[in-house]
Amino acid sequence: MNELNAKYAQEIESILAKYPPDQKRSAVMPLLFLAQQEQGFIQDRALTEISEILEIERSEVAALVGFYTLYHDQQGGKYRLQVCTDLGCALRGADEFLEKLCSQLEIQPGETTPDGLITIEEVKCLAACDRAPMYQVQTGSGITYHENQTVESTLEKIARWKEQAERGEESR
Amino acid sequence: MSKQVTLTIDDREVTVKQGTLLVDAAKQAGIAIPVFCYHPKMEPAGMCRMCLVEVGRPVRDRDTGEFVRDEDGSPKINFTGNLETACTIPAAEGMVVKGMTEKVQAGRRDILEFLLTSHPLDCPTCDKGGECSLQDLTMAYGPGESRFPLADKIQLGKHIPLGDLIYLDQERCIQCGRCIRFQEELVDDPVLNFYHRGRRTDIVTYSDPPFDSYWSGNTTDICPVGALTTADFRFEARIWEMDQKPSLCTHCPVGCNLTVDVRRDPASGQIEIQRVMPRQNEQVNEIWICDKGRFAHQFTSDPDRLLTPLIRNEEGNLHPVSWDQALERVATGLKWKEDQMMTLVGGRLTNEDLFQLRHLNDGLGGQAALYSQMAGGDLVAEVGLGKGSNLGDLGPGSTILVAASDLEEEAPVWWMRVKAASERGAVLVAANPRPTKTDRCADHILRYPYGEEAETVAGLLKGRSGAARAIAEAEDLVIFYGNEGQGYEASRALAQTCANLLSETGHAGKKNSGLIAVWPAANTQGAWDMGFRPLAENREALENAGGLYIAGADPVGDGLVEELGDKFLVVQELYLTETARQADVVLPAQAPTEKAGTYTSGERRVQRFDPVVPPRGETLPDFEIVSKVGALLGLEMPNGSADAVLIKIERQKPDYADVTLTELRKVRDQQPIIVPGEYAYIGTAYKNTFGLGVQLAPFAQRAKTTRGDIPEYPSISRDGLLAVPVTRLYDRGVMVACSDTLAPRLISYQFVVNYEEARKAQVKSGEEVKLKLGDQEVQGLLLVEGNVPDGVVLVPRSMGVPLLEPAEADLRPALRSEGDD
Amino acid sequence: MNPYILLRHRDFPAIHQLDVYEEQGGFKSFQRAVTSLEPQEVTEIVKESGLRGRGGAGFPTGLKWSFMDDSRWPHYVVANADESEPGTFKDREIMEKNPLQFLEGVAIAAYAVGANRAYIYLRGEFWQLTDELDRKIAELESAGLLGDDLFGTDYSLRLYTHKGAGAYICGEETALLESLEGKRGKPRIRPPFPPAFGLYGKPTVVNNVETLANLPLILERGSDWYRGLGTEDTAGVKVFSLSGRVNKPGNYELPFGCTLRELIFEQGGGIIDGAELKAVMPAGASSSIIRVDDQILDTPLDYASCREMGSDLGSGSMIIIDETVPMDWLIQKTVDFFQHESCGKCTPCREGTYWMNHLTGRIQQDDDAANQVRLLYDVASNMRGKCLCALGEFAIMGVLTSIDRFPEEFPGQVESEEN
Repeated sequence: MNELNAKYAQEIESILAKYPPDQKRSAVMPLLFLAQQEQGFIQDRALTEISEILEIERSEVAALVGFYTLYHDQQGGKYRLQVCTDLGCALRGADEFLEKLCSQLEIQPGETTPDGLITIEEVKCLAACDRAPMYQVQTGSGITYHENQTVESTLEKIARWKEQAERGEESR
Repeated sequence: MSKQVTLTIDDREVTVKQGTLLVDAAKQAGIAIPVFCYHPKMEPAGMCRMCLVEVGRPVRDRDTGEFVRDEDGSPKINFTGNLETACTIPAAEGMVVKGMTEKVQAGRRDILEFLLTSHPLDCPTCDKGGECSLQDLTMAYGPGESRFPLADKIQLGKHIPLGDLIYLDQERCIQCGRCIRFQEELVDDPVLNFYHRGRRTDIVTYSDPPFDSYWSGNTTDICPVGALTTADFRFEARIWEMDQKPSLCTHCPVGCNLTVDVRRDPASGQIEIQRVMPRQNEQVNEIWICDKGRFAHQFTSDPDRLLTPLIRNEEGNLHPVSWDQALERVATGLKWKEDQMMTLVGGRLTNEDLFQLRHLNDGLGGQAALYSQMAGGDLVAEVGLGKGSNLGDLGPGSTILVAASDLEEEAPVWWMRVKAASERGAVLVAANPRPTKTDRCADHILRYPYGEEAETVAGLLKGRSGAARAIAEAEDLVIFYGNEGQGYEASRALAQTCANLLSETGHAGKKNSGLIAVWPAANTQGAWDMGFRPLAENREALENAGGLYIAGADPVGDGLVEELGDKFLVVQELYLTETARQADVVLPAQAPTEKAGTYTSGERRVQRFDPVVPPRGETLPDFEIVSKVGALLGLEMPNGSADAVLIKIERQKPDYADVTLTELRKVRDQQPIIVPGEYAYIGTAYKNTFGLGVQLAPFAQRAKTTRGDIPEYPSISRDGLLAVPVTRLYDRGVMVACSDTLAPRLISYQFVVNYEEARKAQVKSGEEVKLKLGDQEVQGLLLVEGNVPDGVVLVPRSMGVPLLEPAEADLRPALRSEGDD
Repeated sequence: MNPYILLRHRDFPAIHQLDVYEEQGGFKSFQRAVTSLEPQEVTEIVKESGLRGRGGAGFPTGLKWSFMDDSRWPHYVVANADESEPGTFKDREIMEKNPLQFLEGVAIAAYAVGANRAYIYLRGEFWQLTDELDRKIAELESAGLLGDDLFGTDYSLRLYTHKGAGAYICGEETALLESLEGKRGKPRIRPPFPPAFGLYGKPTVVNNVETLANLPLILERGSDWYRGLGTEDTAGVKVFSLSGRVNKPGNYELPFGCTLRELIFEQGGGIIDGAELKAVMPAGASSSIIRVDDQILDTPLDYASCREMGSDLGSGSMIIIDETVPMDWLIQKTVDFFQHESCGKCTPCREGTYWMNHLTGRIQQDDDAANQVRLLYDVASNMRGKCLCALGEFAIMGVLTSIDRFPEEFPGQVESEEN
C-alpha cells in the first residue's frame, strides 16, 4: 500500500505533470518535499513509496536526502530555526545573535528544545545578507524567511508557537 | 573504418581511432597515465583528477584551417598552461601530450596527498594490498609523508556489509564512484549510491534487499582501493601467496574465462581455491563475471565429495572398493547387458569426457542420451553464430531477438552484452510471456501466452510490426532462445522457428548473425556436437534399458524417475546423488576444477581449461574412467590425457577440425589493454595468456541451408492454473547448493504466483503451499511477485519439483486437508 | 536619477501586478518577438546589445544562445534562480518585486532558442517566492500570455518552477541540470556544454535571473540603447548587492562604469561607525579580495577593470570589509562555507576544503599559526587548476589573496605566488 500515493494523489499528479512523461525521475525532489510534510523528515517508508511512484531504486531516492540540506533523515523540532551565520550575516552580528539565542533557549546549534518545538540550526548563506541577523524557519509544510531579527523578537515568536502548540494539545 | 588521428604522448607518436580518450591513447602507446575513477569500460567521470597531463594543441590558421608552423617547419603547439584530465579529453590530430613534466608530477603528487589525507593507510591488514591502485600510484607518484595530522582524520565504518556478499570499508573509500557507476551504467542495478556530500560522502545502499545484484563481485575488481571486499575472500589470503590458474566457468553456456587464485591452505595443507576472478576475453565475458561464477566454487572442496569408488555389496549397501574392483564390476555388468545399454550424460562434462562416453556407448551398441529438456543443438550447429562473430561488435544495423528467455537469470553475461549492444544502437526485441529485465533495454517487447512462443516468433517473419521490420531490415541478426515455460516438444518447435527466421531473412551463416541456445549447462552444446540427443526424444529407451551408464546427471534427485529398477546402473559423479544411491557401481569423478578439457559455449566457441587444484582422493577425470572401462571391455579407446582425446575429436568431428591445441592457445592483444601488475587502469581482472578459444563455423557458413518443418507440439490447455518451469540463477542445482558464500542468496521458494492468484488460492508469500500436478502433489514455499501473469504459477527448475513442461495445476495452502474444500 | 531598468518596482511599486506591468509595456516585447520576429532575429538583437551573463562568468548571452544544437530537439531554457553565493541577493529582489519582467525574459529566451518548455530552478529556501511565481505563471496562462498557440501563432510555451533543496553547487549550471533531472547536484564534465548536451541530454540554455530580466527592455528599446549604457567592455546596468560593513546594505542598480566610491559611499552610506574601508569582495565569498586604495575606489567597474584589480566582478556581490574585520577570521568563514558546499565529486575540492578548514581553525586559535599559514597557502595553491568545477577554484581565492595582499595580518612568511 503506497500511503503517499493514496494521500496525495492529486498533488503527485500535478507534480508529475511538470516534467516530460519519460523523465519522471525529475519529480523526486518535489516528492521528497511532499513526503517531508508528514513528520518534518523523510521516513524510511517514503523512500519506498517514492521509488515506486517514479520507478527508480530506493538508493537513488535516498542519495538525494543525503545530499541536499533541506531534506532531513532524522526527526527534529516542529520548527527548524535555521540561522544564517555565513560571511555576510556574520559581518552584521549573526554569530552573536545565534549565541545569545541558543543560551536563552539553553540548547546548542543542532539541538532541539526538550519540548520538541524548536531545533536551532546554523546554516549557510540564505541570500539575505543585507537584512542580518536573519533566519528561515523550516517546518514540514515549507519555509518562511525572518529578516532583521533580534533575540527578543525571535523569543516572542517562539513563545507564540509554544502557545499555539499548547492550545493544539488542549483542544485535542 | 573510422577516422584515425596521430598524436604525440611523451615523445611517442601513436595513431588511434578518433575520439579515443587520451588516457586510452596513452595506453596504446605503452604509457600508463595514472587513474582512479576512470575505467575504460565506463563513461569518464573526471572525478579523481589523478590523470592530469599537459595538453598542447596545434594552432590552426583561422583562414586556411592549416596548421601554423614554426620556423623549422614543425607545427606550432599551444599549451594552455593548465593541467587537464587525460580521461576526459579525446585525442585529436597533432596533439602533444606531456605526462612526465615536473608540473604534471607535482600535480599528481598533490592529488595523492589530498587522497591520503582521509585514507587510513592500513595496507598491512588490507586485502587489496599488493594489487591496490592507491598503494601502487602512491609508490610511483606520491609524497613520502603526509602533512595532514592523524588526529584530523574522520573515523568511519570499517566492516559495513552492503549485502551478503560485499563489505565496505568507508575509511579506505576514495569516492571514485566506480562501483556506483558500474551498477548503474553496465548492469542497470543502481542499488549503490553516494550519501552525504563533500568530505562526508560515503557509499550506501538503501535498496531492499541491500546490494542485491548478480554482478556485485565485479565492483570489488574495479575498486581501486580496498574499500570493497568479497565475503569469501576478505582476510583469507595475501595476493602474493597465491598462484593464478586459468580456468572456465562451469555454470552456464556463456563460457566466461576465469582465473582461479589458489594457495596451499595452512590449516588443511591442501591447495585450495581462494577466489575466482575474471580473465579477459573480449569476445566472451570481456572482464566481467556474474556472482554465481565467482562465488559458487565450493563444489571442489565440499566435504561431501565422493573420494573412492563404491560398489553395492551382497547386503545391498554401497561400500568403498579399489578402482580395479570397481572397474572390473562395471565391465562385467555392461558386458552382460550389451545391446540394451543406455548412456545418459549431463552438460557439465567436457567434450573429451563426452567423446569417450560416446565411444564406449557405440562400442556397446547403446543409446546416447543427453539429460536436457531443451532442443535445437543440431540447429545451432547449422545456423549458429558465424565464425568471426562478436556480440561486442553488434550495434547500429544489428537486431537481437531474445525469445522465451529470462536472459539475466539464465546466462547473465549474455544479458549484459545484449544490453550494451542495445545501448550502442542495436535493436533489441524481447519476446517472453512475462516481464524480464531484458525489457528495460528493449526496443520492442512481445508478450505472448505460455505455449505460443513459436507462433510469436513465426509471426515476426510475416508481420509488419516494428519488431518484424527490425528483423527483416537487420544487417546482423542474432537470436537467443531460452527455455522459459517450455517442454521439449515446444522447445524443438521454437528452435526450428528461430532457425527458419534466420535462414529466410538471409542471415544464416553470416558473421555476427546466428542462433544461440541459452542452454541449462555449460557444455550442453558440446554434448550435442559429440552426438548425444535429449532423453526426451527416447524416454522409452530409459525404461527398457538393461544397463545404464549415467555421468553428471541426477534424474532421480530431480524427481524425473523414482526408481531405476533392476537395471545395471553405473554412475560417475562428484557426489552421492539420489541417482548414485541406486547405483550398482559409483565412480568418483573429478570436478572441472581438477581436470583439463574443453567446453563448447552456446556461441559455439570451444575453450580449453587446465586443472586449478590437485584432484581430491582417488577421483579420476570422467574421460579417463571411461577409457579404463572401455579397455577392460576390449574396445579400442584413445588413451592418455585430455589433449590426446582432443586430437581424436579434431580428426573425427569435421566441425572441430580447426580445434587444435595451437589454435586454442592463441592469444592476441585485446582492448582495453591489461598490463599485469598495473591495476589502476582496469582493476584486478587478469590478462588472458592462456587462449581465447576457437569459434566453430556453423554448417550454414559452409553450405546452404533450407528451412525446416516446424514440428507439431501439444497445445496447452488453459482452464485452471498453469504451472510452467522457469530458470532462476540462484537455484539449488548440485554445483551451486554447496556454496557457503552464496547460501544466503539462493532461492528457497518452489512456486511463484501474482497477488491475485495468491488471493484466490488463499495463500501468502513465504508460506508452505501444495501444488497439485496431475496425480502428484508437491509441497513447497510460495513467493508472491507482481509481474507473474494471471493464471500462471512459475516453478523454478532445480528446486526439487519435477515439472518438465507446462501442466495444469492446483494451488492450495499446505495445512488445509482435502476435506476442507 | 535615471529610471530603473531591472529594479523597476522602485519606480512602479505595483509592477508585480499584471495590469500595472502591462501599462508599462509589459509582454509587448514577448508578443512582438513571437508574432513578428524570427528566433534568430531575437538572438541577433541580444548579441548586438552586448548583454553578458550576470551569474558570474559574464559570458555573452546572445552568443551562448547561438551555440544551441539545432539538429537535436526539443530545446530547453532553464532560469538559474539558485542564488546562493554569500553576499548575493539581487535575483531574489528581482523575482519578488518585479516578477513579471523576469518571467517575460524567460519567455523571450525560450522563443529565441525554440524551447516550448522552460524551467525556473529556484533554491528551495525561496519557498514562498516559488509559490508566488507559480501563481504568476498561472495568471499569465489564463491571460493567454503563456500556453498553447500564443498570440495566434503556433508557438507554445510552458514555464515551470522547480525547487532545489539546499546545495550551493546547484548554481553551477551542469550541477543544476543534474539536480533538475532528479539526481545529486554534481557538476558534469564540460565540454559538452549545455547548448549541446543539457537537460535530459538535450540542447539547453541556462541563464541567470538578472540576465533574463534585461531582455524585455532590450527588445523594447533596442540593442543600441542597451549598448549605450555601461562601458565599452561591459554594456548595460548591473544590480550590485552591497553587504558587510556598510551603513546601507542592499541592492543598487547602476550602469557598468560606476565606481566603488559611488557604490560604497554615495549609495551605501559609507562604512559603519566611520571605520576605515579595508577591502572589497566584489564576487561574494568566491572573490579574490581587493585591497582598497584611492585609485581602486575611483576605477570604473566592469568585468575588464575588475580583472585588472586582480579580481573578478562575478555576480557583483560586494562584501565590504573594514578595519575591524580580521582576515584570518574572514577566510575561516569562506573556507567553512566551501567545505560545507563541496559536492565531493572531485578530490582536490573534497579533500582540500576539508583540510583548509582545519588549518584556518588552527590559525585562528593561534596553534602553531606561522606553520599553519604556510601550509594553508600551499594546500590552496595545490588545489588551483585541478578541480572539476569552479567551486573548488573559488574556495581558494579568498585564502590566497588574503595571505598575498594582507601579509601583515598573518604570522610568519609565505613565499607568495603573486609577487
